[in-house]
Amino acid sequence: MIRLLISVVLAAGLGFSASAAFAQTAASPTLDAVKAKGYVQCGVTGGVPGFSAPDADNKWTGLEVDYCRALAAAIFNNADAVRYTPLTSQERFTALSAGEIDVLSRTTTWTMSRDTQLGIKFIGTMFYDGQGFMVRKADNIKSALDLSGAAVCIESGTTTELNAADYFAANNMEFKTVVFVDQDEVVKAYEDGRCDVYTTDSSALAAERSKFANPDDHIILPEIISKEPLGPVVRQGDDGWFNIARWTYFALLEAEELGVTQANVDDMLASDNPAIKRLLGVEGDFGSPLGLTKDWAYQIIKALGNYGEIYDRHVGPNTPIGLARGLNALWKDGGIQYSPPIR
Amino acid sequence: MTDIAFVRSEMTAAQPAPRSNAGVAAWLRRNLFANATDTVLTILAVVFLLWIIPGLYGFLIGRAVPPGGTVEQCRVENVGACWAYVASEIEFFIYGFYPMAEYWRPNLVFALLALLGAPLLIPHAPLKVINAVLFFVVFPIASVVLLAGGMFGLRYVPTEQWGGLLVTLIISVVGISCALPIGILLALGRQSKLPVIKSLSVCFIELVRAVPLITVLFMASIMLPLFMPQGTTVDKLLRALVGVTLFASAYMAEVVRGGMQAIGRGQYEAAQALGLGYWRRMGLVVLPQALKHVIPGIVGTFISLFKDTSLVYIVGMKDLLEAVKTKNDAIEWAAPTQAVTGYIFAAAVFWIFCFSMSRYARFWERRLDTGHKR
Repeated sequence: MIRLLISVVLAAGLGFSASAAFAQTAASPTLDAVKAKGYVQCGVTGGVPGFSAPDADNKWTGLEVDYCRALAAAIFNNADAVRYTPLTSQERFTALSAGEIDVLSRTTTWTMSRDTQLGIKFIGTMFYDGQGFMVRKADNIKSALDLSGAAVCIESGTTTELNAADYFAANNMEFKTVVFVDQDEVVKAYEDGRCDVYTTDSSALAAERSKFANPDDHIILPEIISKEPLGPVVRQGDDGWFNIARWTYFALLEAEELGVTQANVDDMLASDNPAIKRLLGVEGDFGSPLGLTKDWAYQIIKALGNYGEIYDRHVGPNTPIGLARGLNALWKDGGIQYSPPIR
Repeated sequence: MTDIAFVRSEMTAAQPAPRSNAGVAAWLRRNLFANATDTVLTILAVVFLLWIIPGLYGFLIGRAVPPGGTVEQCRVENVGACWAYVASEIEFFIYGFYPMAEYWRPNLVFALLALLGAPLLIPHAPLKVINAVLFFVVFPIASVVLLAGGMFGLRYVPTEQWGGLLVTLIISVVGISCALPIGILLALGRQSKLPVIKSLSVCFIELVRAVPLITVLFMASIMLPLFMPQGTTVDKLLRALVGVTLFASAYMAEVVRGGMQAIGRGQYEAAQALGLGYWRRMGLVVLPQALKHVIPGIVGTFISLFKDTSLVYIVGMKDLLEAVKTKNDAIEWAAPTQAVTGYIFAAAVFWIFCFSMSRYARFWERRLDTGHKR
């Protein structure tokens, strides 16, 4: 009898501790700290147009800035509850692991070594980038495969240089590099005609092209020769915070897929579509397991719009950067942006 | 034989100097065409100026887009400097991300700096003591309160949002005001007869001078956070301030020591014979002479400190140069000469400050000249 009692107590104790353990995975020390200080500390670039850069009013703006704002909207119902830390590429991961920032949203390429060795976790891919080529329209080059024998302007010591070498070698083409240490110098050299081709990530190509006196005299070739998935990053070891960060990103995608926009989000509250009801918190409560309110996704969309709207606002075809959606379109539109269902 | 003396009873009328010694032609001959080498150099210099000036004029003024122009005017083939870009982004260059509604606060600090700083620099301005107390005690506190806010109903503005010329001036003013006293103390420490003080000073000076500033700033931004407990952060501006100040102090210490070595032993002994204690001996006899000798060195250190402030981009602060670099990528002003114009502007601002410092130092050198100069 006593033995039975003991085992019952033990079992209850085990059960209790097990449920306590589950509760712990839901709670997030980072979220608690963020709520206590009242803002999200977000690591950004020093200034990459379209991604994170000061706008005409000297406020941070861009695709990656809007991700941080979405996070703040989900937590505080206030997209302005963000503070930005401009970071160099050397110090970004240290700043994250030392807790100086809560999330790193800084044109960071998702690679295996970073994901597995630095004690960090990638949320997803906010922007699929890749290395491309820009040439003069007058040269009548239609494909990167026509570039054999070309002189290529490149920034030295970057993966860009290695990628180009790989690509030309793999396609049995000759090329001559004209190397510079600084992006501005590379562009100037290309503009002055010291080389035929300028290569870097396609988002940067588009941004640089907009600086030329006659941007239309230059074209960006369709070939993308490297994979540069850029995404936000959080510290490893806080799964609750990771979940919040990841589902903030997914909510932006899901909203676009369901046609919920900043303009129509209030009307959509009355929608009959169960998926929309779940997203906006009309039906079910998907916020509290994250430690957020029920209408967390509604707050994000109300403040910033869906992924497509954010994309179009900062880097889309109607901006000076003018990047087509390409791989960044939703899966049903021919891209690879895909959100698991919210249910 | 008659005594005839020829004595002029009036002065000879003044004559103009011989043609070869006066007028434009003489000046030219003396200064530009004195001999064959001079003539060749003069001609080369004139040719160089004729070659460079039209281009410079065309770029900076002739073909340039004046402030108030539009980006479309800057976006044409063969355009000059795009001053419209600098004019439109000037606020970012001066204040960085400081909230626009609060610009009056840094402006007030600039005004206080000018009002309290300028009389300190003028030798005969009255009330030096009160002025110094205001500048070195009240002004720093007032500036921190004004800029950071968070009290007296002022909105809190974290240092991440400070930037541009504001940060450059904060770091250089703090650096310059702290480096000279710390440097003097270190120099005295290095010459001290007390072994602990001496070895500490020597270690500090040699350690700091042997490491590049850029390395120290890297350490501050990348390694410091790893030593600290999770979540504690040291303000980035503070890191930069400490780094730059310690650096300049170490250099300053060696400059001052150089000056002290130029003071003859007799001066020390004379001061001792007068019964002066250590501090009065140094303060009244040795240092005034030593510092006068090394004014060029001190100012050189100040100027290099001022320019070194642009290294704080390493800790992610946006000083003037970094603010310009950031806006050079701004897509709404994307134009062929955008970046060049931005850099010219930054260079001009740096030049104005450094050149003023250098001229001001020349003024003191002349004022303190007691005939030692060779």
